[in-house]
Amino acid sequence: MSEIETLSALRVRELRKKFQDVIAIDNIELDIRAGECFGLLGPNGAGKTTTIEICEGLTEPDSGDVQVLGRRWATDASALRQRLGIQLQDTQLSDKLTVVETLKLFRSFFKQGPTPSEVIALVQLEEKRDARVVTLSGGQKQRLALACALVGGPELLFLDEPTTGLDPQARRQVWDLIEEFRRGGRTILLTTHYMEEAERLCDRVAIMDHGKVISRGTPRELIDELGRRGVPLTLTEVRTRSATLEDVFVSLTGRHLRDE
Amino acid sequence: MSETSSVGHPLIQLILVRIREFTREPEAVFWTIFFPIVLTAGLGIAFRNRPADVLQVVTPSATIAQALRQEPSLNVQELSEQAARDALRIGKAVLLVEPGVAGLIVYRYDDTNPDGRTARMLADRAVQRARGRVDPVASSDSLVREAGSRYIDFVVPGLVGLGIMSNTLWGVGFSIVDSRRRKLIKRLMATPMSRTHYLLSHLFWRMMVLVVEVGVPVGFGSLAFGVPVRGRLIDLIVICVVTSLTFSALALLIASRARTIEGVSGLMNLAQVPMWIFSGVFFSAERFPGAVQPLIRLLPLTAVIDALRAHMLQGAGLLQLAPQLGTLAAWLVGSFTVALKLFRWR
Repeated sequence: MSEIETLSALRVRELRKKFQDVIAIDNIELDIRAGECFGLLGPNGAGKTTTIEICEGLTEPDSGDVQVLGRRWATDASALRQRLGIQLQDTQLSDKLTVVETLKLFRSFFKQGPTPSEVIALVQLEEKRDARVVTLSGGQKQRLALACALVGGPELLFLDEPTTGLDPQARRQVWDLIEEFRRGGRTILLTTHYMEEAERLCDRVAIMDHGKVISRGTPRELIDELGRRGVPLTLTEVRTRSATLEDVFVSLTGRHLRDE
Repeated sequence: MSETSSVGHPLIQLILVRIREFTREPEAVFWTIFFPIVLTAGLGIAFRNRPADVLQVVTPSATIAQALRQEPSLNVQELSEQAARDALRIGKAVLLVEPGVAGLIVYRYDDTNPDGRTARMLADRAVQRARGRVDPVASSDSLVREAGSRYIDFVVPGLVGLGIMSNTLWGVGFSIVDSRRRKLIKRLMATPMSRTHYLLSHLFWRMMVLVVEVGVPVGFGSLAFGVPVRGRLIDLIVICVVTSLTFSALALLIASRARTIEGVSGLMNLAQVPMWIFSGVFFSAERFPGAVQPLIRLLPLTAVIDALRAHMLQGAGLLQLAPQLGTLAAWLVGSFTVALKLFRWR
């Protein structure tokens, strides 16, 4: 195995997926290095969730090749599951279980990992340890979902819109958690449509639209490139602030509204 | 000590989830434990075998009244002609005995009412004896009021079968569809959880509930009404375990695709209504025409109830119940195989 392959956490080639007549994924290629945080950006319906769920082994692609931690789903599914942490976009955990019961359940599926109590401390839910899930706030539920993804001690973490619907404080708490995980030298693939989130967390991003990757690089590179092309900022925007990843995003994907 | 051993085996954890989700839902506990008691008690009281009824008879004639009073099973009331007719019309009396022309006697009653027919026979016997009729053969009565042949004895095995069916179908079906709706099944599939463990947790949990589902109506029926359990206990356990597994498999099949509670409810009713009607829970399935009998015998609930009645009332052993257990086994294997193929794991 070459050095590049050992350092690759996720390698996606020529990935395609159609739902009925809609092309959800059109020839996606991704390379995510071990230890980096990679962001998949794009408007609603761009194909982010389909892409990440194919990488998670939850959706079958029509064609293409996916290697996760150097392995493939078709041959190594059960070994791979032990090494991944996954947070789906809108899972509702069982209302009647408590926080610690939920984590004991998820922990029981994994051969190794932190104890439920350690994960509860990590996501700062100690006070809610014996509270039922139904009583948790949105931010607390999201931290519990993250705890469920972390309880197997994953090498690679998949987060699908981890902060959607959270208030600013709760969002910052989740960011702190992601950065903490990242500092442990482990890899993250996340999807988001908050540019601020991508700028703060991600080493590199890919911007998707209509099932294709339309731009990729570090947030800084994308912003600089926008500056060189010198296009879409209006006069007032240029006067009052410098360009952000948000400007890149809007310039690439257009200003019209997107529906799901 | 490793962390894995402190959180326990995944199957144990999954069964704990089943237990917690059930016991933390007070309604579910009520329907499983108290409802069978209420139903059994209600039916037992409504259909209890009363001491042979005294029938209400009216007549406007003092002579006839005197003759009728010789019959202890009749309660005779002497009323004016009009009042007597009114009493018959509103059902206060089941028979009106009137003197007709030329010494004849006229009985007025509703011949579709069994009480009316009985009263007429008793009244006629009393009248004829009063006029001097002598019976050619002497007879005497020996009364049989044995446990095992009453309605309550018939209905308790039916309620046990019905209880296992509806609790299992709703319990397993709702739980699975609710988890699918919450995308919880998909989330679990994203962990290394084994699908077998997930399905087994439902089956094992139903086995635990079975103790209550069978114990409550059988125990209550036995204590309150003396309903017999004549077969061996181990055989009863085998019948009930096979029943529970069969309906769990059927529940997995019914819930294999549905994404909404509304969708699965429709399918549940579609599966259950024919069995409520045809499987002989409250009255014997043999009342239906001969042409449909083979189809009725194929329904799993018919097999369960037939087996339970034969076991509890006649003391039948497993060997005699082979046809019913065979029918259940076929449903079990068939439903489980198809359910595994169709099951939507996301």
